[in-house]
Amino acid sequence: MDVTGLTAWGCRELLAKREVSATELVRAYLERIYRVDGRIQAYLLVDAEGALAAASAVDAKAPGERLPWEGVPIALKDILCVKGVETTCASRILKGYRPPYDATVVAKLREAGLIFLGKLNLDEFAMGSSTENSAFQVTRNPWDLERVPGGSSGGSAACVAASEAPWALGSDTGGSIRQPASLCGVVGLKPSYGAVSRYGLVAFASSLDQIGPLTRDVRDAAALLDLIAGRDPRDSTSVGLAEPVGVPDWGGLDGLRFGVITELGGEACEPGVQEVFSTAVDAIGNLGGMCEEVSLPSVTRGVAAYYIIAPSEASSNLARFDGVRYGYRTPQAGDLYEMYVRTRSEGFGAEVKRRIMIGTYALSAGYYEAYYAQAQRTRTLIRNDFARAFERFDFLISPTSPTVAFTVGERTADPLAMYLSDLCTIPVNLAGLPAVSIPAGFSAGLPVGLQIIGPHFSEKRLLGAAHALEQYLKVERVPPLSEEAAGSAASRATREPAARVTLEDREVGG
Amino acid sequence: MRQDVSKAGGLVPLFGNGGWEAVIGLEIHVQLNTRTKMFCGCRVTFGEPPNTHVCPVCLGHPGVLPVINEKAVEYATRIALALECRIAEHTIFHRKNYFYPDLPKAYQISQYDLPLGVGGHLDVELEDGTLLPVGITRVHLEEDAGKLIHAGGASGRIDGADYSLVDFNRGGTPLVEIVTEPDIKSPEQARAFLMQLRNLVRQLGVSDVNMEEGSLRCDANVSVRRPEEPFGTKTELKNMNSFRFLHHGLEAEIERQIALLEAGESVVQETVHFDPVTGRVFTLRGKEEAHDYRYFPEPDLPPLELSREYVERIRASLPELPAARKERLIRQYGLSSKEAAILAADRPLADYFEAVAQATGEPRLSANWVLGDLSGYLNARGLDVEACPVTASALAELLGLVLEGTLSGKMAKEVFEAMAASGKCARDIVAERGLGQISDVAQLEAVVARVVEANPGPAEEYRQGRERVLGFFVGQVMKETGGQANPQLVNDLLRKHLGTAAKA
Repeated sequence: MDVTGLTAWGCRELLAKREVSATELVRAYLERIYRVDGRIQAYLLVDAEGALAAASAVDAKAPGERLPWEGVPIALKDILCVKGVETTCASRILKGYRPPYDATVVAKLREAGLIFLGKLNLDEFAMGSSTENSAFQVTRNPWDLERVPGGSSGGSAACVAASEAPWALGSDTGGSIRQPASLCGVVGLKPSYGAVSRYGLVAFASSLDQIGPLTRDVRDAAALLDLIAGRDPRDSTSVGLAEPVGVPDWGGLDGLRFGVITELGGEACEPGVQEVFSTAVDAIGNLGGMCEEVSLPSVTRGVAAYYIIAPSEASSNLARFDGVRYGYRTPQAGDLYEMYVRTRSEGFGAEVKRRIMIGTYALSAGYYEAYYAQAQRTRTLIRNDFARAFERFDFLISPTSPTVAFTVGERTADPLAMYLSDLCTIPVNLAGLPAVSIPAGFSAGLPVGLQIIGPHFSEKRLLGAAHALEQYLKVERVPPLSEEAAGSAASRATREPAARVTLEDREVGG
Repeated sequence: MRQDVSKAGGLVPLFGNGGWEAVIGLEIHVQLNTRTKMFCGCRVTFGEPPNTHVCPVCLGHPGVLPVINEKAVEYATRIALALECRIAEHTIFHRKNYFYPDLPKAYQISQYDLPLGVGGHLDVELEDGTLLPVGITRVHLEEDAGKLIHAGGASGRIDGADYSLVDFNRGGTPLVEIVTEPDIKSPEQARAFLMQLRNLVRQLGVSDVNMEEGSLRCDANVSVRRPEEPFGTKTELKNMNSFRFLHHGLEAEIERQIALLEAGESVVQETVHFDPVTGRVFTLRGKEEAHDYRYFPEPDLPPLELSREYVERIRASLPELPAARKERLIRQYGLSSKEAAILAADRPLADYFEAVAQATGEPRLSANWVLGDLSGYLNARGLDVEACPVTASALAELLGLVLEGTLSGKMAKEVFEAMAASGKCARDIVAERGLGQISDVAQLEAVVARVVEANPGPAEEYRQGRERVLGFFVGQVMKETGGQANPQLVNDLLRKHLGTAAKA
């Protein structure tokens, strides 16, 4: 069967009508991965054996015994813990680490009967905006293989765009779901802080991290959010959603007020992005909504505040990777101190080290007030700016990313340019708000995303609005990716993880 | 890097000499006896096989999150209230960051600028009966680290060990840290404070408070100065895991500092370790010393809001605290201040006393026995009152025999020893040994009448006014009764009979 363009809802319906078995569906995705992932490099690990075993267990059940989503495949960003399955965060320091437990979202999906295809590439520990910071491989944008998929959930976005899974989970600390979704032409939702349990999400910046869906359309995003949301007694910062989002069905935007954030539009974005964004603004008007410019002066300080707060928390969160209990330990250590220094110097990549150093510095005695405390005050200002704006507007909008996908290697030498990729998304994390990126059009053949931001825990309405726009804009979702035979042996050989269950090891499909 | 600094300086003057005054503040860690750990569901244990009570959370696996143990918050609040602290309505946890193999996350979840309790005090009863008020700066909650065992190498420390093993059973156990003001002036006072604190915490039922097992730990900040001068440079003294070592460690450190200053040198602000084997203090100078803990608010935990109602509910559930009990013992039973203080500091003993006093209705006699013979017996054998073979009701029965005149005080002591040795009750022992005093008037009257009749000469002498002849008659009656006659009753009966005879 051809899975190109298939949504998760599509999979569910095919399974329900028994037009396809779970095994056939999983095999089809494994074949697709086999045919295209040599070029995309989205997967760090494909668990063909586990997925096929799970699929045949689903097929053995009578139709009446199945849960609604049972048998639908999914892929996970490799920062979510799956019991017994290697979880690396795309870092050498976690090479070979198999968590002794399931993340809460993983347990929820498992209970709902979803089938895990494998683990997806990311910037090491989710630090980056291009997925080039992976210790293992560079993921390519399915719309242009010379370009990055964005990041840090680049593997998740590319995988969904290339139909290597119907949907995927990512995590978003400063835009890590929305920015790659925008660059790869898929839907990416960052839920309100607290909507989804973070238990089992390897922490980057605890006060900003949220897990969320990357999907082919808004209906899938709503369904996946409903599957993973909820208060979790294991995560004291989780509260869940007041009510399930359900199936978004808004057809118009009558009487809704959309604030166009001045500081995140115009000159801040490249012309091609501005153009697409203005067509989205027109679309809102055509759907009965009202758009008006609104200034949130403090959001321009978002990137600066973020690059103090996130590295500060990261410096503490990543301290546990010390070579003592799990993961990488240097083979040559004279004493304890040397073991720490060598393990961490050899195990972490350059960007992770840079952020650990920035964060350590910002929290140090004598600097705390000037950096960390000041950044937290800025965060409060941003939060207040949003709160004031939501007194006048139902939603706020901006481009998701100031640019379309850039070429591989273009920004790696310039961290600041890379950091500015998240200009539009970072303030949302600092305020803890929900935001979705939906495909809004193309600039020079590359996808451009629209970011819609809602008030805290307004996911139901937010996805309703996104659905109305999606229906109106009708943006093409399938990249022109040819289904050649499997990638060359040479390109396979460059894929580092030795322990991964690769497709070369087994016969898949017919 | 180990340096013995005990011999620094020249002559070591004796403590208290040379006009120096010590200034001591204590930092005490109390391990709570909650069923589960501070931030996960693992059981709190002691002495179990290594790493048998661990989970992804207390092992610091990637992705795990802490969840506050409600019971630990309640226990910490009990301690803070018992120390008369103000309880914060809004309190938060901080991360204290440092690398060490016994600290799985490489940070300890602790409290920093918004601790659970502040501004309390504990008044310490000193040997001479005076009270030393010691301020409590703060009481806060945190998690314990694991335990390291260093194999090989001479020092027993991580540097130079062949290898080190970690046991994470203790990792994540709830700890309450209590910090005092620098109100303590001598090792004796420090010891008295810690003893009283231990008794208090034990009465709250929130910890085993056992120094040998590590559920009570004490570090000290120590400096010396000339009276009325500003504080000197302080050192932090660690590793004193018994009351004796606390005393010895403080003594050694105070002497060391005085010696340094008298030799014209200065005290360096650093951590000093007590070596119980040599009785000396030493420092580990080097990279371990450069600590910047980079405290910041723990983003994984929401603030802890303790409502007034919650705090008042816990306050109401506190047992009677020593200070209040002492006052009540004085008021209710007429005890001396010293007697009341001793009892109030030892809850089981005070309970024992109250049970005896209420059963006998004679608090004076009960106090004399509980603080005298009973305490003597317990102290000689190193027993707690809970382990005493003579229960409060058994002692009350014995005292009842004294009060009704069956036993003299002297005989009662003998019976008490026998009760403690055999576990039998007082009446059984009295019956077995035929120890009871004869207080039966009819029985004694017959003996008295017989003795008076058989000795008409001395009887006549008595009647003529020779009072001391009475002693002769008492002796005769005692001889006839094997010494068991109630002396007071014998006296009364003899006077009656001799007098009667005179009239006849």
